[in-house]
Amino acid sequence: MALASTLRVFPTGAFGSRRAVHMLERNTMIYRKGWYFLVSGFFEPLFYLLSLGIGLNHLIGDVHVANRAVTYAAFVAPGMLATSAMNGSMLDATFNTFFRLRVDHTYDSVMATPLSVEDIALGELSWCLTRGSLYSVSFLVCMWALGDTLSAWAILCLPIAILTSLAFASAGMAACTFLRSWQDFDLVMLALLPMFLFSATFFPIGQYPGWLQLVVRATPLYQGVALARGCNLGVFNWAMAGHAGYLVVMSFAGIVLTSRRFRKLLTP
Amino acid sequence: MVTDPPCSVAQVLTPDSRVSLVAARGLVKRFGDFTAVDGIDFEIYRGESFGFLGPNGAGKTSTMKMVSCISPPTEGSLTVLGQDPKTKGPQIRARLGLVPQEDSLELELSAMDNLMMYGRYFDLPRAEIKRRATELLEFTQLSERANEKADNFSGGMKRRLTIARSLISDPDLLILDEPTTGLDPQARHLVWERLYRLKSEGVTLVITTHYMDEAEQLCDRLVVMDRGKIVAEGAPQALIQQHSTREVLELRFGMDGHGPRAAAVADLADRVEELPDRLLLYVGDGDEALAAVHARGLAPLSALVRRSTLEDVFLRLTGRTLVD
Repeated sequence: MALASTLRVFPTGAFGSRRAVHMLERNTMIYRKGWYFLVSGFFEPLFYLLSLGIGLNHLIGDVHVANRAVTYAAFVAPGMLATSAMNGSMLDATFNTFFRLRVDHTYDSVMATPLSVEDIALGELSWCLTRGSLYSVSFLVCMWALGDTLSAWAILCLPIAILTSLAFASAGMAACTFLRSWQDFDLVMLALLPMFLFSATFFPIGQYPGWLQLVVRATPLYQGVALARGCNLGVFNWAMAGHAGYLVVMSFAGIVLTSRRFRKLLTP
Repeated sequence: MVTDPPCSVAQVLTPDSRVSLVAARGLVKRFGDFTAVDGIDFEIYRGESFGFLGPNGAGKTSTMKMVSCISPPTEGSLTVLGQDPKTKGPQIRARLGLVPQEDSLELELSAMDNLMMYGRYFDLPRAEIKRRATELLEFTQLSERANEKADNFSGGMKRRLTIARSLISDPDLLILDEPTTGLDPQARHLVWERLYRLKSEGVTLVITTHYMDEAEQLCDRLVVMDRGKIVAEGAPQALIQQHSTREVLELRFGMDGHGPRAAAVADLADRVEELPDRLLLYVGDGDEALAAVHARGLAPLSALVRRSTLEDVFLRLTGRTLVD
């Protein structure tokens, strides 16, 4: 597991220990039985890209971005990459974490072992990230195979997608500790859906009225979309450092809050 | 019958070499305004089987969570295995085995995989876990169903698997929170028998229970808890001798109330307790007392002479019964 080794360079002193790896082992063992759930994640991007490429390309024609005309599919693909990174990690971090926290009491049994709450939080985040990264790789491969990558810089879409996954996974996990019942998941959906539709995923941000542009620029998904689109085009600017910084801060805040909330809930 | 000892065999101890494993002084646990544990002192020694007896809500589970270094004490001092849970939680937990009230097994995994996974949390090598797991499944009489999903297990089997799981790290101290609550009588006896075997092998056990028969059978020493406080402490038999008479005469009269009858027999016993459905007469000789009751022309619907139990001790100390 690639992430298990990167955990060692992660600032583990503050957010858990090497033992976090055992949470990854646990999830691997559980999902060994349900591997087909993982496979569906690989097909999702293919379906998205095919439907957009075959269907909308012909209706919409080319889109002009950064003084360049690109196919609609090539325009939308990086946005969809960031969106799928968001959806995948949010679902994992909220639904699965909620289940283990409140329904299955998995973490309660882990708390009786040498693992600490920070180990559990870090391990679970790493799992989300491992899964998200695999999906992002497959998404990028599909993009490339369908001719939607526009420059060699497109390879940078991968770290961008992973950073987006991390930001949403850590924020989602923190949010899920506040949820009381399955009904509360409607709130999660309420946050995700508008972001999916409005974060300049489907058309350039310039199409929005000024006030809405400001709102969109403040959403976390927009940061990922803008970064991934820039990388795909091979066009870079200083604003992108801001986008990346936004996601890094969101990730750290999410991890700290998750650890704090886990401590409150698991060590009453 | 399994003759092999489980992997957590403690050393044989001489009675005078009392090594303190857990020491609590003025231990308090509060949740907001509610005080679950209200300043308790106790000490648990290596090789003994120590019990916390009390009704639901007495503060037993809160105490267990503090001893197992999961929940931090609000006040007071606590030492577990010679270390402070505040700073050495993971190190202490590495040497503890916990059987929580809720099994929280991985239901999708087989019995064997449950143990394999749990062992990994303790950083044990896989080959070693496999060896111990095989032994422990044998010990808990689950060998034949080692590869079956835990979801298919009965309550008693799940509980036995949880006990096997708690022993995978070869703990110095095994903590069991209500080990047989919710099990049918047969399954309870099977669990008791396994715990008795562990005890005879010298494993240090800490048991919470609201069953007085469980406490009497398994505990060398126990504390009686009520409303967050310890109300008595000692060996089960000593507690009974100290707080109750040798025998108890239970009398049931009709539905028209026990009150007047209680007064009528009060002088026949050391003490009379009036429960909703029966009268308890605390006496030295139950048969003699029953003869005296009959001699007074009272005709109970049923009469039972039995030995005093911890239930009677609890009733004496708190005025309430253990199981409502």
